[in-house]
Amino acid sequence: MDLGLFAQYVMNGLMLGMMYALVAVGFTLFFGVLDIIKFSHGDVLTVGAFTALATFIGLRAAGFDSNILQLLAMLIAAIGAMAILGAVIARAFILPLRYAPALNTLLITLMLGTVLRELVRLLYPDGANPKPFPRLLPVNSISFGNFNLRLDNAIMLTVGVLVIVGLQLLLNRTKLGLAIRAVAQDEETAKTMGVNFNLIVLITFAIGSGLAAFAGVMNGLYYNEINFGIGLYLGVVGFSAAIVGGLGNIYGAILGGFLFAALQTIGAVSLPFASAYKDVFAFGIVIAIMAWRPTGLIPEKLSERV
Amino acid sequence: MTPQRKRAAESILPGAVALALATAYLIVLLRVENQNTILVLLGIGIAIVLLANWLGWLASVGHSFGEREDALGPLAIVAAIVVMGYFHEDHFVLLLLCTVLLYTVATLGLNLQFGYAGVLNFAGASFFGIGAYTAAVLNQHTAIPHLIVLLIGGLMAALIGCLLLLPVLRTRGHYAAVVTIAFALLLKTFLEVNDVLGGPQGLQVRSMNVLGWSFNNNIEIGSLQLSFYTSYFATSLLILIGAFAIVRRLERSWIGLNLDAIRLDETAASCFGLNIVRWKVTAFLLGNFMIGVAGTLQGMVIGFVQPNNYTFADSLIFVSILLLGGIGNPWGVVVATVIVVIVPEKLQAIQEYRFLLYAALVMMVLLFRPEGLLPRPVRSYFPGWRP
Repeated sequence: MDLGLFAQYVMNGLMLGMMYALVAVGFTLFFGVLDIIKFSHGDVLTVGAFTALATFIGLRAAGFDSNILQLLAMLIAAIGAMAILGAVIARAFILPLRYAPALNTLLITLMLGTVLRELVRLLYPDGANPKPFPRLLPVNSISFGNFNLRLDNAIMLTVGVLVIVGLQLLLNRTKLGLAIRAVAQDEETAKTMGVNFNLIVLITFAIGSGLAAFAGVMNGLYYNEINFGIGLYLGVVGFSAAIVGGLGNIYGAILGGFLFAALQTIGAVSLPFASAYKDVFAFGIVIAIMAWRPTGLIPEKLSERV
Repeated sequence: MTPQRKRAAESILPGAVALALATAYLIVLLRVENQNTILVLLGIGIAIVLLANWLGWLASVGHSFGEREDALGPLAIVAAIVVMGYFHEDHFVLLLLCTVLLYTVATLGLNLQFGYAGVLNFAGASFFGIGAYTAAVLNQHTAIPHLIVLLIGGLMAALIGCLLLLPVLRTRGHYAAVVTIAFALLLKTFLEVNDVLGGPQGLQVRSMNVLGWSFNNNIEIGSLQLSFYTSYFATSLLILIGAFAIVRRLERSWIGLNLDAIRLDETAASCFGLNIVRWKVTAFLLGNFMIGVAGTLQGMVIGFVQPNNYTFADSLIFVSILLLGGIGNPWGVVVATVIVVIVPEKLQAIQEYRFLLYAALVMMVLLFRPEGLLPRPVRSYFPGWRP
């Protein structure tokens, strides 16, 4: 294969991987602090993307037309709103069910996801159809042979890396991060050490949901289109990515995201029929991975205590 | 009359009265067209149920259904036939009732997986759709008798379910949920991009034809004219009776006991020598078979299939029915299906919002009444039997 074409595929894979990783990190964070899976995570992403789009339309109507400032405002609005939404969800639906059977948490977050998805579909003007997402980043490109490095993709990838590095610093270098890790490791001990458990849980959900909103905006900028179903897709893929890396492990989730994107890109390139069946293939991988390694590539070491 | 028989007659009374009232209410609800009247009727219905609950009547109705299912089951069938008879000329209402019956069958299948064995399945609508697509393909291209197509539809759903066996058996809880969600999304996108199966437009399904008797002709007996949907209704009712009987017999047998044990504590169950894999596979495949049969007939009833009828949201509707009705209680499933299918069809204002409303409703149920509207009673091995 031509080197330029190869680089193009790698670039596409990296972009996909970045989005998957951002979603997967959210799943892993939630699993870390509360040992639950929040199935509405993907739909929070959808709501985030639509919040950004609404902000853009509002700004444009107000006669505000600097691309960078628009994008910045969109990001702040989406991330801020989703962080609040995430904390509210945790407070209203997840914490009250902490001692209920795990199945109930699963069902309630699944249904909550449906509520969010349907709200977007029904309440956003003409929300049932795909919406165009503005191109706000410069689209100049640098060509290396067959490889076209688009500036917007490069910017998104860089910012994505910065976000992940920032998250990593937050978790490992700050007191808040220490508290999150303490709660994830042992809730009881963390509480006796004076960590405000409920607050930390809410903050963690806010962080995870903010990341989802960022991924949602990124998804919109990359495809220049969003629809109410993207969250469901990214949610399932992101969850599988988190599992592949071992739930509860941030690096695993990031790795899982990129691995998943790599598999998908390889599949799309090597299988002739795969472009039409792209999503079918992706979900096929999800199922296959779950069958192969049900608890991730790094298996859980603890055996069940009875 | 001996005292024993008298007591038996008394215990049947609340159930029979409730059944008669429910039937009358259903007929009125289906008859009325005016949206405001429907709203008032629904309000009255909710008020009556709340009042009955407050006065303790609901408990005695539940007791009656638990004790005298042998008599109340046939009465329920009679009630269904009465409703059919009342609407014998009304195509739309009969179609709606067919949908209710077939959704009930599908949810009973889900109940077997989810309520008894604890195997999660969020792809109910996908297996339903597999049945319907089987009907579309087989009725079009082969001359297989349509009653056998029903069986093949169920078998196809079970067979394709086999693809999921390995991941479903190896995973638990959230992980298993993701496998089935991924399958639901996979199947829908597959049907959309696949040209052989009609793509997004879907396929026509030929109507049912049993022994030269075409189900799409109206029936005329003397001066009495019956809608062609009555034949579908009768077939659906027979399938429902069969499915209900199977689920009930299974629940009351040692198999049901094993399934319950596995759901409640897998480790303990395997310590007592239960073969976890065998029972999970049994429940999953049998459940899919029932969903598939219902889907096959549904495909023939509505006459066409398209991917949009079998989305993840539709699968969640099945799950909602199960949770609203009370996991594990077949009567609860019947009641919840009637509510979930009929209310949005009658109240057009909420038709578009039904996924939203039911998701929100299930969230309320989970927060405030996790056992559902009609909680599963303690298993009674010999209903009506007294020492």
